[in-house]
Amino acid sequence: MCGIVGLFAKSPEVEERLGEHLAAMLVQMSSRGPDSAGVAVYRDPAPGGWSKLTLYSADRAEGWAALAADLRHAFGGCEEPSVRASHAVLVVDADAAEADAWVRRHRPDLRVMSAGQVIEIYKETGLPLAFARAFSLEDFTGTHALGHTRMATESRVTTEGSHPFSTGFDLCLVHNGSLSNHNRLRESLRREGIEFQTENDTEVAAGYLAWRLRERASLEEALEGCLEDLDGFYTFAVGTADGFAVLRDPIACKPAVLAETDDWVAMSSEWRSIAVLPGAADARSWEPEPGVVYAWDKAAVGA
Amino acid sequence: MAVRAVETTELELVDLESTSLRELNQRVHDLATAPGPRAWRILNPNGAHALACGLDAEVEVEIDGHVGYYCAGMNKRATVRVHGNASTGIAENMMSGLVVVDGNVSQSAGATGRGGLLVVRGNASSRCGISMKGIDIVVGGSVGHMSAFMAQRGALVVCGDAGDALGDSIYEARVYVRGQVAGLGADCVEKEMRDEHVEQVGGLLAAARIDADPADFRRYGSARQLYNFTIDNAGSY
Repeated sequence: MCGIVGLFAKSPEVEERLGEHLAAMLVQMSSRGPDSAGVAVYRDPAPGGWSKLTLYSADRAEGWAALAADLRHAFGGCEEPSVRASHAVLVVDADAAEADAWVRRHRPDLRVMSAGQVIEIYKETGLPLAFARAFSLEDFTGTHALGHTRMATESRVTTEGSHPFSTGFDLCLVHNGSLSNHNRLRESLRREGIEFQTENDTEVAAGYLAWRLRERASLEEALEGCLEDLDGFYTFAVGTADGFAVLRDPIACKPAVLAETDDWVAMSSEWRSIAVLPGAADARSWEPEPGVVYAWDKAAVGA
Repeated sequence: MAVRAVETTELELVDLESTSLRELNQRVHDLATAPGPRAWRILNPNGAHALACGLDAEVEVEIDGHVGYYCAGMNKRATVRVHGNASTGIAENMMSGLVVVDGNVSQSAGATGRGGLLVVRGNASSRCGISMKGIDIVVGGSVGHMSAFMAQRGALVVCGDAGDALGDSIYEARVYVRGQVAGLGADCVEKEMRDEHVEQVGGLLAAARIDADPADFRRYGSARQLYNFTIDNAGSY
């Protein structure tokens, strides 16, 4: 069991309080996932030509300022790091691929949680409430966000094994369920050049999406490919620079509920997380059909 | 809060913003053995799980809002009305009584129920009436895939459409559908709608207070062709 939540702001008021709402939704899913928690928040776009990395260090005394100086030396520009608990966001004067590759080559001890223009991913072991406090989730403004609370079933409880998983620049995946063909699929994706950091099944689904998107599939096509190529139970929520998408496996083993008002679109494993949002009692809510991709983005909702 | 020593017809108002779910459930459980209020109204359920579960008393519980998993599970004699949507397993294993949901319900509504009536005014998701054993279920809207899976007794009346694999491996339960059936499950077939069936559907629609013509429904049930229906295999059990 795990809990997943997603929130897409349709009004400036919700954008302003995105982190507060996200934290409240996440805490409601504590009983579904007390092992670890994580969020992907889409916010504060990097300036044109620059990119944004979210990095994790196991070393609590990590010298983020020194890393920023190294990045400045390598690329000519890097803003002061924004540090939250074990994570730091660095905005670099380089495209996401270059900045990502530089960190992987020069600092293999660090983990690149996310790379892109707008995405920031934070995740850590422990209860959702402790996570929300440690990372000051309530401070976040942003356009949309996904969150996950994990009850581990098939791999270790580690920071790296927590969700969301990055699936490419500005892309991420959260998952409730378990996949049964992930070992074989991981091997075939490795042959395609997709890298994996853990033995986690969701990371394989993330790698699968990254591979399909790299091969120029649309997000919708990549998700529909999951119905063919992934064996197991899943409700997925995928974040993109502009919005998010939801997919349940063809027999809908795992729960999901969607709700929409004039101010927001929300998804969650359970209504409890949506009930904490303003105006939830009057929201239009429904259960997504199995095997159908649901997607929202700025263009679709006119936000 | 102490249980009142006398029965009362006054409305007992419980706000889950200020009363814990456990306290509420304990109070309504106690009605099985001690007198107390006969009419309850629950505010702010906010998707809480196991709300009004295990009731065993002739009381009426109204819930204002959406409820979580297993609401009114194992219900006996009581009437539970949900003015909102219900999540997985509403009225699961109900023994008797009445459960009415104004909105939609998620998966496995009325699962394994042995008696009583479950009414869903909106739609029901997948596996509605899975393994039902005597409960009657009336759905005003449509039901999802694998509804009435291994259903053993009772009737499932669907005023809208039914999803794929309806009545897979069904035993002696009766399924009535007014709209389209996406597909029938293993050993489930359409059967003749005789007078007794029209009468049964009419009675259930009346009890559910849903306005529909019973003659518009088609009946589905077991072809009795699966392995366990063959007398030659009787010795295997």
